[in-house]
Amino acid sequence: MIKVVLMLAFFIFCTTGGEIAMTHGMKQVGELESFRPMALFRFLRNAGKNSWVWFALPLMAAAFYSLLVLLSWAPLSVVIPASAFNYVVGTFGAKYILKEQVSPKRWMGVLMVFVGVALVLATG
Amino acid sequence: MTHEHRLRFKTILMVLLMVACANLGDLMLKIGMLQIGAVHLSGRGIWQALLSTIHNETIWLGILFLIGFMFCYMTAVSWADYSYVMPVGAFGYAVQTTLAVLILDEAVNAQRWMGVSMIVVGVFLVGQTHPNTTNTKPVTS
Repeated sequence: MIKVVLMLAFFIFCTTGGEIAMTHGMKQVGELESFRPMALFRFLRNAGKNSWVWFALPLMAAAFYSLLVLLSWAPLSVVIPASAFNYVVGTFGAKYILKEQVSPKRWMGVLMVFVGVALVLATG
Repeated sequence: MTHEHRLRFKTILMVLLMVACANLGDLMLKIGMLQIGAVHLSGRGIWQALLSTIHNETIWLGILFLIGFMFCYMTAVSWADYSYVMPVGAFGYAVQTTLAVLILDEAVNAQRWMGVSMIVVGVFLVGQTHPNTTNTKPVTS
């Protein structure tokens, strides 16, 4: 059980760090204007030049492998809800690192998701 | 259609695609890892598991779905906030639990379903908020 919790903590750290870095990078890249081939090419080229995107990728790769390890140890209906601890860490990251505004209603929603996930985990 | 309605519509569409790809991807990964077996926490065990995953077709199918997820995710967060995109995708947990029961025959009791229901309500609350609170600039070059 301890190894599952430790691997889960590692997974959450890599996932949240990777997603925050990726979001920061994509905000610098800018919005995708259309799905035309040239616009898509420019969008991907600009993303490929962004250092935050490249910082995010190894973290996301580590998160992916730790997810595979977790899936080899525990049922899908436990591992995937357990990964939702990202919501707590991620929302704090969005608020204090990305400087996004998080409304009380959204905090309430995130809290309910968290409690729901905790209930799911308690059955595991 | 106002700008806000358009923004909300395209964000929800992209999140739906994101959830479909993520759920199918995770399901394929689980099936692949069931074929490979439990990973042993040792240098040799981790290396062998890595080699097995590289040679497993189901894992690669899962990776294809997750690449689809990644594209949808990157596109969505280029116009919507991370703290909106991330929680809105949470109803995927309900879909994932259903898939685990129907396809993998996993046992899910009433308490776990209650937890899943709370996740869905939380997602509904999150979906009522404005999807963007920071300024984004369009790609110009």
